[in-house]
Amino acid sequence: MARMKSSMKLTSRGIVLPLAALYFLVPIGASIWFSINEVDGVSFDAYTDGLGTEGLTTSLMLSVRLGLATIICGLLLMVPTLVAVALYLPKLRRVVEILCMMPLVVPPIALVAGVTTVLSWEQDLADTPLYMTFQALRDENFPLVLVLVYTVMSLPFLYRSLDAGLRAVDLRTLVEAARSLGASRLQTLWQVVVPNLRAAVMGGAVLSLAMVLGEYTVASVLSYRPFSVWMVEIKDSEAQLSVAAAMLSLLITWGLLLLLTTLAGGRSRKSSRRENGKKTVS
Amino acid sequence: MTVPVQLKQLRREFGSTVALDGLDLDIAPGEMVALLGPSGCGKTTALRIIAGFETADGGELLMDGQDVTSVPANRRDIGMVFQSYSLFPNMTAAENVAYGLRVRGKASAERKERAQELLDLVGLPGREGHYPHQLSGGQQQRVALARALAIRPKVLLLDEPLSALDAKVRLTLREEIRRIQLELGITTVFVTHDQEEALSMADRVAVMKDGRLEQCAAPSELYDRPATPFVAEFVGTMNRLPGTVRDGGVVELFGRRLPIHGETPATGSEVDVLLRPEGLAVGAADDKSGTAATVRVATFLGATTRLHLSTESGAVFKADLPSWEATGLAPGARCTVTPHDNPVLVAERS
Ligand SMILES: Nc1ncnc2c1ncn2[C@@H]1O[C@H](COP(=O)(O)OP(=O)(O)OP(=O)(O)O)[C@@H](O)[C@H]1O
Ligand SMILES: [Mg+2]
Repeated sequence: MARMKSSMKLTSRGIVLPLAALYFLVPIGASIWFSINEVDGVSFDAYTDGLGTEGLTTSLMLSVRLGLATIICGLLLMVPTLVAVALYLPKLRRVVEILCMMPLVVPPIALVAGVTTVLSWEQDLADTPLYMTFQALRDENFPLVLVLVYTVMSLPFLYRSLDAGLRAVDLRTLVEAARSLGASRLQTLWQVVVPNLRAAVMGGAVLSLAMVLGEYTVASVLSYRPFSVWMVEIKDSEAQLSVAAAMLSLLITWGLLLLLTTLAGGRSRKSSRRENGKKTVS
Repeated sequence: MTVPVQLKQLRREFGSTVALDGLDLDIAPGEMVALLGPSGCGKTTALRIIAGFETADGGELLMDGQDVTSVPANRRDIGMVFQSYSLFPNMTAAENVAYGLRVRGKASAERKERAQELLDLVGLPGREGHYPHQLSGGQQQRVALARALAIRPKVLLLDEPLSALDAKVRLTLREEIRRIQLELGITTVFVTHDQEEALSMADRVAVMKDGRLEQCAAPSELYDRPATPFVAEFVGTMNRLPGTVRDGGVVELFGRRLPIHGETPATGSEVDVLLRPEGLAVGAADDKSGTAATVRVATFLGATTRLHLSTESGAVFKADLPSWEATGLAPGARCTVTPHDNPVLVAERS
């Protein structure tokens, strides 16, 4: 029986894995081929010369900065909220969950229509201090409005991973232990709760970052030019460069994901290695 | 001398359940008081109010004579050990122990030294660098105790710290906790629903029922002179035997008149007499002064043997006697029983 199961597992692994690999690798391979294929043979010009093309670095940096800002805003909002709900307002859990899941069912195009309407109030506010706020929100170099929208769009990802993380620890006991030892609420949150949510925080951050790096609709409708928009813009004039940039962005995203997961996994891996080293005797 | 902890008429309701219904309790300096009672009687709630994790709806909580109702949990200087494992998973044993000093802004060298000292005290030298998941349950609770003591708290609160551990570890740790408590002379409140634990560890045991204090007394007094039928039956083994109240505060049981201690019902009422298994003398079958009984079960317990007996009138009860006197009292054997002449508690016939 067990043999049969394991052999079935092997066959399914033998079939499914290569199929999945093909599904991912063929388009990537084709794209790479397209980006280096020239009439007179193979050329890496799109990668070498292309990197200097106007707009690439600025748009890429803009995307990364937006991503990091989104993560920071999202975490600052969600970690204290979810901890407070879990500890003091368990009845509100469902409400918060539904609120956080909303962005998944609201299409970005609808979201951005709303944002555009709000931004258009700027004219009416020309004489008030709020005007400056609107100016800051729309700053070309760093459009805060995008950070706000992206923060909203990242709520489902943050909620899901933080919620799972919070369920995995005995939050109430940890918090009460810290409090009885003299820790203030902020110290408790920062020194006890957050470190034990590390994997969840990183997981949420990774997903949010990936979302921001690939987001097109909102940025393009509001006429900003992060990486995704830039890529689409140059597609017609420099098709090869556009694909090469897509490949690069794929690499960058993977790199960032790898970096974040290593950072997140670092501690637990270190301690589990230690555990293997010297088993405890009770 | 000030009283470290004083509960005055504490009340706490959760919706329609009354967790505490006017709890009064004074705890003297350096003593260990066990809160004992059935599940749901409000022990944890009382402890959490002392710790500041819960607020009372009514009544007063005084520490050293001061009302501390408005003092937040992190300012109360209370050490607490929880029922579930509560060590911070992201910190080593030593870091856990030193955490209270860290939030108090103590220097790293001092923290290290104190953590070392306390881990030695709780019998865990050499485990400083271990993370909680590398420690056994018993070791984790030792670290939790060390962590609670590191801040030199005014009061130590223990909420069933041993209930997650297996029997053997529980026994050794029970003795250790008591040793450390005596060594430091720290005022301690210990919650448990295990009467053996309460009786063996505490200076005084506070028996609770439905959110109220039934009796708070030294273990031997609680056992020998329970104040209420509830305490009598909750602590140790108790027989209920049919008796009749007679004039002059006595109850008639098995043809004998025993003085009633505590509440005395009206003369003539049929009551249950509460008698411990060792409160009955078992005699030979031809003893004219006793009541005839038949042995149902005889359980050898080492020095004593416990007999399950029944009388012709249908009373079923237990009696303990020295094992050397119990030879020959096999199931089916006939004997007589006579209650000792001590004051007894009576309860409504159940
Ligand atoms: N946070 C809460 N919300 C609602 N009811 C509660 C809460 N905490 C306690 N209760 C109720 O209050 C009563 C007393 O609870 P408490 O936990 O103090 O009992 P306990 O004596 O510690 O019991 P146990 O021995 O089972 O731990 C119980 O009926 C319980 O259901
Ligand atoms: Mg409890």
